[in-house]
Amino acid sequence: MAGIVGYGAYVPIYRIKVEDIAKVWSEDAESIKKGLNIREKSVPGRDEDAATIAVEAARRAIQHADLEGTDMGAVYVGSESHPYAVKPTATVVAQAIEAGSRLMAADLEFACKAGTAGIQMVMGLVDSKMIKYGMAIGSDTSQGRPGDALEYTASAGGAAFILGGEKKDMIANITHTVSYTSDTPDFWRREGASFPSHGGRFTGEPGYFRHITGATKLLFEQTGFKPSDFDYAVFHQPNGKFPINVAAQLGFEMRQIEPGLMTPIIGNTYSGASMIGLASTLDVARPGQRIMVTSFGSGAGSDSFAIEVTENIDAKRDRIEPVREMVSKHKTYVDYSVYLKNRGSITKT
Amino acid sequence: MERASASLWRKIRSRYNLVGNECQNCNTPYFPQRVVCRKCGRNSKMVEKQFSGNGEIYSFTTVRVPPDTFKDEAPYFIGVIRLEEGPMVEGHVIDNGIAPKIGTKVRMQFRKMYVDGQEGLIYYSFKFEPL
Repeated sequence: MAGIVGYGAYVPIYRIKVEDIAKVWSEDAESIKKGLNIREKSVPGRDEDAATIAVEAARRAIQHADLEGTDMGAVYVGSESHPYAVKPTATVVAQAIEAGSRLMAADLEFACKAGTAGIQMVMGLVDSKMIKYGMAIGSDTSQGRPGDALEYTASAGGAAFILGGEKKDMIANITHTVSYTSDTPDFWRREGASFPSHGGRFTGEPGYFRHITGATKLLFEQTGFKPSDFDYAVFHQPNGKFPINVAAQLGFEMRQIEPGLMTPIIGNTYSGASMIGLASTLDVARPGQRIMVTSFGSGAGSDSFAIEVTENIDAKRDRIEPVREMVSKHKTYVDYSVYLKNRGSITKT
Repeated sequence: MERASASLWRKIRSRYNLVGNECQNCNTPYFPQRVVCRKCGRNSKMVEKQFSGNGEIYSFTTVRVPPDTFKDEAPYFIGVIRLEEGPMVEGHVIDNGIAPKIGTKVRMQFRKMYVDGQEGLIYYSFKFEPL
């Protein structure tokens, strides 16, 4: 099957602490930090959106893979914050990596799992030999209504993965993938609405947990794998608590999910979340190790992947800054008013 | 909506990727592109060149009284960047918490430059991030 040839992640440098949001709404920061297992979240710059984040991630992936933009036969961008309702983000990305015009490109939307849906689509094109390389991106500047619980987690970031079919290129083989999908009204945003709505506690059991466990168990059923067969696991992370709970439910240990658990320090990057987690895990994974990834998108569905790291990973390791280093080294804190300005919620008259 | 999409479209490659050109006769690089080399005149052999986006701040200023286009950005930095390949480029310097100084190393980032109202186009371009 197709494998990962290169990857790149990008998280905006701005951060806001839970305390700064809680102060505005007279809420108890400590209980929110403990309840959601989150300390701070990334905030996009005023001049950043899902397209600029996708481009930065894509450029890092190209550098990591040591390929040219023109090598890409497809570019798919998954997001729930595409800058245009009609005009693709994917064409902006393709132009910005100088991919030329001879490629397939489209925008995808499936809440927080549109990026991993893109990985599956590119895998199909590579495995059927329609293209040699393709890129799947998950990128978001996610929205949270002021005062809503989502405001503490909805953040910005993205990751890009280049997939190919030749063993000599691959840093990791994707040995199997499955999806688990149902019509579940846990979280939505209507056309033209500025902020998403959600079903509160309903987003948990019938949404996140049912689909993540459904996809992961299906992967186990079809492959014969069990949790102990994997060195690492990455789950979608809408907050810092859900992935820890679902990992425990499925029989994974904390040490398996720690490298990919990024939400406590960057927030929920929506379409970027499980992909940034995978990028961070690949930063530390060694040849021969196995990684399991299960994304989740409201509406609802999960994509699950079994991945095996190859010996090629070490040769490419130093080409880009590791995700955790990027996130911890490049950050500057903003207060709530600058956060509102960066989000475009307040403007000069 | 104020601006025509054709003017955006014509500049996409230079704005997205710092694509300028170079005279193959004397190896002088240019950004933005020139039809004729300043040095070689009618002997010019101009070919496209994509610049790395790495450079250093040659000069900069803080804009506190901006044009309407950037009214929500002010105060912001505008710099003259000497690219490592030679040409000088004017561009926005991103406020990333590192105070720009003459000689500060920078690298190109892909950012929104201008949003044409509620219904117009979004103009993307290079900006420079201090390192």
